[in-house]
Amino acid sequence: MTLKRTPLFAAHQKAGGKLIEFGGWEMPVQYSSIVDEHLAVRKSAGVFDISHMGEVQVRGSKAEAFLNRILTNDIRKLQIGQGQYTLLCNELGGVIDDLYAYRIGEREYFLIINASRIEEDVAWIQTQALTEGDPQHLEVRNMSDAYGAVALQGPRSRDFIHLAFPGASELGAPVANAAALKKNQIAGISTQDYGPLLIACTGYSGEDGFEIIARSECIEGVWNRLLSVGHAFCCQPAGLGARDTLRTEMCYPLYGHELNESTTPIEAGLGVFVSLDKGEFIGRQVLELQKTQGVARRCVAFRMAEKTAPPRPQYPIWLPGGMAAIGQVVSGTQSPSLGCGIGLGYVPVEHAKAGTTIEIEIRGRRWPATIVKKPILSRS
Amino acid sequence: MSSKVPTELKYAKSHEWLRVEGDVATIGITDHAQHELTDVVFVELPTLGRKVAAGEACAVVESVKTASDIYSPVSGEVIEVNALVSNQPDLVNTQPYQGGWFYKIRLSQPEEASKLMGAPEYAQSIGA
Repeated sequence: MTLKRTPLFAAHQKAGGKLIEFGGWEMPVQYSSIVDEHLAVRKSAGVFDISHMGEVQVRGSKAEAFLNRILTNDIRKLQIGQGQYTLLCNELGGVIDDLYAYRIGEREYFLIINASRIEEDVAWIQTQALTEGDPQHLEVRNMSDAYGAVALQGPRSRDFIHLAFPGASELGAPVANAAALKKNQIAGISTQDYGPLLIACTGYSGEDGFEIIARSECIEGVWNRLLSVGHAFCCQPAGLGARDTLRTEMCYPLYGHELNESTTPIEAGLGVFVSLDKGEFIGRQVLELQKTQGVARRCVAFRMAEKTAPPRPQYPIWLPGGMAAIGQVVSGTQSPSLGCGIGLGYVPVEHAKAGTTIEIEIRGRRWPATIVKKPILSRS
Repeated sequence: MSSKVPTELKYAKSHEWLRVEGDVATIGITDHAQHELTDVVFVELPTLGRKVAAGEACAVVESVKTASDIYSPVSGEVIEVNALVSNQPDLVNTQPYQGGWFYKIRLSQPEEASKLMGAPEYAQSIGA
């Protein structure tokens, strides 16, 4: 299979990015080093190419009701210029994808979906849209190829986002400039050089930051602009390696690891994004039952108790002295911020309490670890 | 980025280096390999006295991203391991040919070493 490339491929090569396969895409895993880029994002700022992610436009008079039927969060809470984290579930409550939904007009929504799930999501959403009947009132368009995106993350992001892309927002409530955006707000800003931009105050690192969506042909300009203006703010390019260690420290799920079609948002610990006061939606029956009666297994975060090799996905999880594994690691790495092994895994709910000692099997040997509260890296 | 390839060493295709002194060889991973891995955070060494065959996986080096097996380029008995590199795995990145060595082996089949690549051949294989 040929790997897909983002419009920033040449820019990554030029910046010395080390390219790897990720979800069918050829993406930079790192430029300088994962640890270096990770710490830069925690301390100052980093820019990530997220152009591989998908964009789906949903609009029409039925858009709101439709999205509330296929997504778990309550889309009616969104005013124009706001977004929310939400999940797309199947009838059994299994996760087809986790995504961000933005309301960018009276009857217009923009969904940012995972790169590896674009085909599945679009097929599912379009099938569901057919059951709504009248296409005049509901339009679903996969815009993934038309748009590119970058994420600017880190405590210094807000110091220069508006210097890179000045101007007031043209959608929703008045926002003086991108730096005035609050968490989960999205601005539409017209620029001379980069065309229309959507700038959302969100991210996947646990730090303050923004995601900037531009037309594909403009995204390289956006990338270069952020790096040149950001230079004075110690901003550097960052790859998927740092993106993964940053999100693991924050316990943010990654599709294919914490989430899949046979795992529910409740098991994953994402119940807060499942709204039961909004009426009928796909997967509700199972999710309501799990929310009220509990689940059999839960996604927990853990820290290795000793200096060990980093935990990795699929390593078995044991109880001390146990005769059989009780679960499996789904994400694991060496935490650059904490300097120890950390991870996420599924265990039976009776062993999911913070403070519980578990063991992670690494190449045939078991090592002690402690279940900790999420996020693993507490932000004070 | 050009990697260092010292002329006095022998090299395996899987990017280990070998320094032969009498019937003892010291083994580590090359500058090119540590560049590829970056951020080495853990090294698992073979147990003392272990008899290994050429091509056998006998150590593990872990970067933030992945775990990689280290294959012994030659056969023999492990007679010393580098305790320092276990405590300070970043020596693999900072001193791949010095402080970052992995283990020493008493060669049981010394002729194996002569079949390994010399510096020019290895340098060519990695495009250095």
